[in-house]
This record gives sequence, C-alpha cells and structure tokens, in this order.
Amino acid sequence: MNPFSSGTRLRDMIRAIRACKTAAEERAVIRKECAAIRAAISENDQEYRHRNLAKLMFIHMLGYPTHFGQMECLKLIASPGFPEKRIGYLGLMLLLDERQEVLMLVTNSIKQDLNHTNQYIVGLALCALGNICSAEMARDLAPEVERLLQFRDPNVRKKAALCTIRIIKKVPDLAENFITPAVALLKEKHHGVLLTGVQLCTDLSKVSTEALEYFKKKSIDGLVKVLRDLANSPYSPEYDISGITDPFLHIRLLKFLRVLGQGDVDASDTMNDILAQVATKTEANKNAGNAILYECVATIMSIEDNGGLRVLAVNILGRFLSSRDNNIRYVALNMLMKAITLDSQAVQRHRVTILECVKDSDASIRKRALELVYLLVNENNVKSLTKELIDYLEVSDPEFKGDLTAKICSIVEKFSPEKIWYIDQMLKVLSEAGNYVKDDVWHALIVVITNAPNLHGYTVRSLYKALQTAGEQETLIRVAVWCTGEYGDLLISNAGLLDVEDPITVTEADAVDVVETALRRYSSDLTTRAMCLIALLKLSSRFPSCSKRINDIVRYHKGSFVLELQQRAIEFNSIIEKHQKIRSALVERMPVLDEATFSGRRAGSVPAVASTSQGDPPKIPNGVVKPASAPLVDLLDLSSDDIQAPASSGGDFLQDLLGVDVSPATSQGTNQTQKSGTDVLLDLLSIGTPPAQSSTSMLDILSSSQDNKSSVDALGKLAPSPLAQASSPVESSPAMDLLGGFGTSQSVSVTNGPTFPAIVAFESSSLKVTFNFSKEPDSPQTTLIEAQFINKSPNVYSNFLFQAAVPKFLQLHLDPASSNTLPASGNGSVSQKLRVSNSQHGKKSLVMRVRINYKVNDKDVLEEGQISNFPRDL
Amino acid sequence: MIRGVIIMNDQGKPRLIRFYEFQPVEKQQELVRSIYKILCSRAENVSNFVKVDSLFGPDVRLVYKTFATLYFVFIFDNSENELAMLDLMQVFVETLDKCFSNVCELDIVFNFNKVHTILDEIILGGQVLETSSSDVVMAVEDISKLEKNSNSIIPSIPGWQGR
Repeated sequence: MNPFSSGTRLRDMIRAIRACKTAAEERAVIRKECAAIRAAISENDQEYRHRNLAKLMFIHMLGYPTHFGQMECLKLIASPGFPEKRIGYLGLMLLLDERQEVLMLVTNSIKQDLNHTNQYIVGLALCALGNICSAEMARDLAPEVERLLQFRDPNVRKKAALCTIRIIKKVPDLAENFITPAVALLKEKHHGVLLTGVQLCTDLSKVSTEALEYFKKKSIDGLVKVLRDLANSPYSPEYDISGITDPFLHIRLLKFLRVLGQGDVDASDTMNDILAQVATKTEANKNAGNAILYECVATIMSIEDNGGLRVLAVNILGRFLSSRDNNIRYVALNMLMKAITLDSQAVQRHRVTILECVKDSDASIRKRALELVYLLVNENNVKSLTKELIDYLEVSDPEFKGDLTAKICSIVEKFSPEKIWYIDQMLKVLSEAGNYVKDDVWHALIVVITNAPNLHGYTVRSLYKALQTAGEQETLIRVAVWCTGEYGDLLISNAGLLDVEDPITVTEADAVDVVETALRRYSSDLTTRAMCLIALLKLSSRFPSCSKRINDIVRYHKGSFVLELQQRAIEFNSIIEKHQKIRSALVERMPVLDEATFSGRRAGSVPAVASTSQGDPPKIPNGVVKPASAPLVDLLDLSSDDIQAPASSGGDFLQDLLGVDVSPATSQGTNQTQKSGTDVLLDLLSIGTPPAQSSTSMLDILSSSQDNKSSVDALGKLAPSPLAQASSPVESSPAMDLLGGFGTSQSVSVTNGPTFPAIVAFESSSLKVTFNFSKEPDSPQTTLIEAQFINKSPNVYSNFLFQAAVPKFLQLHLDPASSNTLPASGNGSVSQKLRVSNSQHGKKSLVMRVRINYKVNDKDVLEEGQISNFPRDL
Repeated sequence: MIRGVIIMNDQGKPRLIRFYEFQPVEKQQELVRSIYKILCSRAENVSNFVKVDSLFGPDVRLVYKTFATLYFVFIFDNSENELAMLDLMQVFVETLDKCFSNVCELDIVFNFNKVHTILDEIILGGQVLETSSSDVVMAVEDISKLEKNSNSIIPSIPGWQGR
C-alpha cells in the first residue's frame, strides 16, 4: 500500500514526517498527505474522518494551513461516537477561531452535548465552549451552563464554573444570572470545584459591581473561614505540593480576598488576622510555600492600609531577596517595585539587600534590582548609593555596563547636591565605563562644566589626571580634549585651585600631548578626532610656544583620507599660518552653554528655539545676539543642522554647539544649507568685501577651498567667527556693518510677514482651484489657505466635496466649505478655508494631494491631483 | 489568565502548541520561533521567568523549564502568580509522567492529542481547572476507557495507543 494514501495511520504519517531530512522533503510529505485528506473530505469519507482530523491537527502544529478541515470538525462533533466527538472538539479548539462563521453552525451540537447523558461528553462540550465561546454562543448557551453548575459530578461542575468565566467575559450582562450558583460553589468541599468556584467569583466581581457588593456583604466571613481551615488543615496528600496543602487554592482565595478588600476598610479589617496568620505561619523553604507568601504579600499591599501588616509584607519580600532561588528573588523585586509607591520607608530598610541584587549573576534580576535602586534614590542616600554603584561598575559584566552607566548618570544628574560632586562622579563613570556612556550624557556634562566657571581649572586638571589612568575610554577622551582645548591655560597655571586638590605640574607640551595622543589613538573615531583638531587650533592660540608643533600636526592631517578631517585640517592650517590677526578672537572660549535650552532639547521639545527663525532673535547667555539666519549662527560655530531644523525634536544641541557634527544625518543637513544658504553666504561675502578689514584673507580661504562643495558652509563656520563677536553691540568695526546689515535684512524680511502670491492649485477642463495664502504674524509655521473653486462647465455641480491629504510633517485642518453646490460657468464660486502647520518650516515646502468629488447630471465625478507648486517658505 | 502552553524540543520543534486566545497559524509559528530564540539565549542559573511584552502585550510573562530534551513554556498575564505557574507546570509534567509512565519526547510526539486531552483536564479557557495530578490521571483514564469501549467504526483510535 502506498504509505501516503489517506489510509496511512496517524502514527505512520508522523514517522514519515520525522524521517524527512530537509524542509523541502517535509513539505512534500505534507502536501501529499493534505491532498489525500482533501480527497477523503470531498468523498465524504466517514471511516477515517477523525483520523484525518487528528493528522490535520499535527500538520497545523507544524505551521501548515488546514482551513479545509474545519467543516470536518463540525461533522465529527455531530457524530454519536465518543472518539469522534473528542477529536472533533479538539479540532474545534485548535483549528477554529471564534470569529469564524462556522462556529455558528456548531452551537446546536454543543447545546445537545451539554444535555448529553454521558458526563464525559458534557465535559468535552464544556471544555470547548470554555475555550472558544463567542458572544452569540454565550447568550445561547448560558442557561445550559448555569444548570451544569449544579450537576452531580464534580468534574462537570468545575468545568462549568470556568466555562462561565468565559461567558461573562464575553457578555458581562449575563453576570447577574450566575451570582447565586457561584456563591453555592464557595461552600464546596471538593478542592477542584472550590478552586474554580473562587476563580469564578473573582471574575464575577471584576465584571459586575453588583456581584462585588454581594460578595463583600455575604461571603467574606465564609472565605476567611475556608482559608483558615485550609491553612490549619492536616496533611492531605492529594492536593499537596511539596508539603504545602493545596497552594493553588490558597492563592485563589488570597486573590479573591484582595479583590474584595480593595478600597473597603471593613472588609480589609475582617481579613487582617488570617492574612497575618498566613504570612507568619506558611513555610518558606519550598516554592509552593513562597508562592502563597508572595500572593499574601500582594493582597496585603492592595487592601486598605494596615501599617503593621505592610511592614510584615515588605519584610517577607526582604527575606525573599536573600533566597538562593533566582525565581524568588525575581518576584520579590517585582513586588518591591509596587510596594515602593505604598511604603517607601519600609522598602528603604532593605536597601542593602537590594543593592546586593544589582550584583546578581542573573541578568534579569540585576536589571530589576537596578531599576528598584533607581527608585530608592533620594537626596539623603544619593551619595552612598552612587558610590556603591560606581564601585560595582568596575567589576560588572560588560553587557550590564550600558544599563548601569545610564542609570548612574541619571541618578547623578537628578540628585546631585552640588556641581563639583556631579563633575567628580561623572568623571569616575567616564573613567570606568566611558565607552558605554551615551552621547547626551557627556554633552550634558560639558554643559554643566561650562556653567561652573569656578570649577573650570579643577575640572580640566581632574580630567588630565583621569586620562593618565583611563586613556581608553572614548567619551572621557572627548570631554578631556574639549576641556583641554577650552581651558588648557588653567591646566598649566593651576589657576582656581580648590582646597581639595593638589597642584600639578603640566607643561604646555604635556597638554598638547594629551590632544595629540587622542588624535593618533588607533581607536578614536571621527568625532573624537575632529574634536582634537579644534582643540589643537584653540591651543595654538593659548600656547604660542607650541604653535609650530601644533601646526605640524594639523598639516599632517591635511592628507587625511577622511574628508571631514582633511577639510578641517586645511582650514585650521590656513588660520594658523595666514590669519594670526583673527585667530585669537576666533578661538576664544566658548560662551556658557544654556542649560535650560539643552535640557529642553534633550527632552525632545524645543520651546524657545522653535521660533528662532522669526521674530526676535533669542539671546544666548554671553550676550551675543543669536541671529535668526542660518549663516550667522554658523559663525558661532553652530552647525547648520541646528538652524535647518529648528523645530525637529531631539536635535543634538550640544553636538551642534561644539561644531563637531560629523554624523551622516548632520552632513545631510549641511548639504541642505548648501541649497538655501550658499547664496546668502556668498552675498554676505560680496557685500562685505569692500569694507571688511580681512576681506582678502577671507577670499583666500574661499579660494583655497572652493572646489569642495561643503566648504563654503564650513567657511561660514570658521572664517567669519570674529564677525560674530563683532555683532555684540559693544564693538564696532566695518565687519559689524556687514553683519548687521545682513542680519537685519534677513529678519526684516521675515518679521514683516512676507506675502505670497496666489497660485492655481489645480485645474482641469471642468474645474479650477486657486489658493490664496496668508500667515498669522506670530505663528510662522502655520499657513492659512483660502481655496476658491470655480466651475468651468455649463452644468451645476452638486454634492461638492473637497478633500486633501498631506504628508506627516504637515498638519492640516479643513474648515467646511461655503457651499456644497458649485454654480455653472464660473457664476460664483465656493470657498473653503484650510489651515496647514508645517513642522519642518523653512526646510520643506508644502505639498498636498487633493481629491474632489461632485455630482453632475446625477453622475458622480472624482478628480484627483497633487499640488506641489506652493510658494517656498510656507 | 494563562495565555498559552507550548512544549518544544531543544531544536525548537514544536511538540504541543495551545493558545487560549486565538492566534493564526503563521503567528503561532512566529511566536514559537521567537520564544525559542529567547530560551536558547538564557544562561543557566537564571530565573525561569521572562518578560515577553514585546510578543504578547503589556505585563505578559512566561515561565519555562527544561525536562530532558523538552522545553515546557507557560505564557500568562499579571493576574497569575508566577511561582504558582511553576508549580502548575510541575503538576502537568507529573501527570504526563503518570499517564505515559516515564514520559519522553516521543510519547508526546506520537500521542499529541492525548497530551491535549490531559492539558484540557488541567487548564480550561486559560484558567486552572484542576491541580491534583491524581484527579487528572483518573479523568484521563476514564476517557481512555470510553475511547476503547466505544464501538467506533475503526478499532484503533489515533494517538491513543499510549503505553
């Protein structure tokens, strides 16, 4: 006989599948088998129907489609024999979905089986119903299930109880019918029935307040008694799990008490004693006992406050933490996380144990413990906790260091009592795990450093020392390089020496060494190297004695294969060699970085800067006016990215400020400046040429790098830097004129609220749509559009409907149209107002898809089109 | 509520899949694969609980245990006690052991529908039905008898040979 005919036994089919060596072979076997089963189905073969369905279930488990077998389930369920019914119901549960209409057909068979004389068949029907029952079935069959709750056989009663849970979840209205029979189940002696009965009552309380009130009034005392009897019951082997009597029933009872006690002082009072008894008497040396304790703790935490019990509960959790079983520690940490909101004092007492769990060998426990520690930190314990965590950082697993550093940094930032402590801790973290620190963290550190002028010297000296011992931590190097560039002079002079530090002897050459080493370091990435070049440029001015050496290093990098470095090197080299006059002004200390703006940026919102492009230019802290236009901000060494997307959230403020943008995303931004910014810049240069002192040199720089596309922008970053200084009102120089003229012209054009020409947005042979634009003065991102629709045909359009869709960076609001009838031949028009907000204002132009529906001579007409001829800068 | 029970072998081959909330067959396979990936990457000596919100939604966890070549996995939400799930798994495995006298992977492969029947006596609709393994064994034996004695058209009942 062909082994793959439908006559194959199930066992043989499984063997054949198991014998397959490749997936293709397996597919072939299953294809053949399915074909045979389909053939048997279409021949209405009865003899092997249940065997075929059993095969289909196996095939289904392997992930192959089996929908063609669904009707077979129904046929088997309707057949009289028990084996057929069993397989039929199993198929129903595994292969069918409650949403499928086929289920409607099975309701009647289930109804008959629920009334069957054979209790096992009743059991099969209840089981299937409990697993797949739909709302319709629930309504149809609820009376049968209700009756079965009182069936003589306990096995049927318990199945009926769980089946009821499914029914009341599907149709909560039915809950009240079940309250009385459910209460009866609570008096059961049979553990299985009692277990399901308690579960049913719990679920009833969740879907019906009526049921909840009823149980609160009538059942609590009974439940407390059941729990007490259970807790005190002698050994009953049947339900015993490792020496504990029926932990499942314990747990279900505790859970139900929790539902009843929540928000009810009287109910909570009634159960206090038994909870205390369970919490103290249950043996905790086995998993089953701990499961009960765990549930008991959850209940104590949730019911109305009883201080004593809560302390007891938290202490149980504390004991769990020192358990040798990972699972117990795991659940204890989860529960403590909830407990901390209720009674953080009690949890604080276990701080030491929790801290130990941060060092656990199980990663998931470590992670939870760390989260918990994070929640435990407050002003009082921040120093000791941070110290512990930083100490642990040294020995922790590499894969845990990322999480750990992130949390430490967050704690330090959030609770730091003073700046010097913050800087100290951050330096420790950077020295220990600098490679795991995220960019925004060290950016934040730099912001804090610039804001603490009395600590500049201390910081740069500490960094210098740290670098001697931990020279391989990328972010430490970056911060050190940045600070050396900015505050290198303080490093040498030991200026601003604090009481706590010892003076160190560092020569100018040593400081340059630091930067040079970082630059030459094999594993330094592009950002670090670019930062090094800037630092060198700054040092060349701070340390005239090293200028020659620095120039040599810079010149060496003129040959760099990395465009960014090459470009910087060329520009810096030119500054050092040819522009001594402007150099010192160019490399002055960075202005103090604005903490508020930075933290706002970090949080992803940009409150002030969003409106930068229009209106009053916001002040930046050092008093230099932050101009509204892209090129000018570039002068301040801000990257163009900052301006290009003022509203884009998460823009990396500090990175911009540092002028170290080399990430691909930013270079994109730079290219965009190219488009919109180049002509302005060239304008600036040409306007500036006659009066500017340094005009020739500027042109020099320009010519030296003209071929390089993006260098025009870089020029903006570098060369006119002194001009930025000049823009402060104190100084006056020819350059200021140049800049002032430029700055105002730019902002004037914007603040005056430019007018935009109307456009013909859409035109077809039958219809013309024009758009008029206006802006509200204070919200440049928003454009008001008045659309006018004109009917070019000789027929009236009725049911006129205009719809529009915009891409994600836009927001569109449509007001109703003035009419939905469009008169014929342009005799009047319909207008409609639209309001569009452009989140990428200044970066992207508006674009819109439109669809216009109307009826002409009783025929529906649909016109569609895309509008992309919006004026720029909307 | 218990969301699902999965038995698979250490190669990731599913041996029993039972979801108490409907999952289309492709999704089931995907879930089994993702869970297998998670279990494989678990070190020894770590807790048996894994958060699987990414697969099943918020607050859903799974507990797993290895028995010989098999992974037993229970997936459940926050209305269940994690430690109790571990005990329930013990009950399930003990019951299998009693029904097949020293259960092994092959028993489960060839008698998967009997395993389903056993499971149906322990969990119904995602709720715990019975926790006494002797009660379960009794119920399953009764069903076995009924299978054998019923005058079905063919004498041999698929997947019920047992041992």
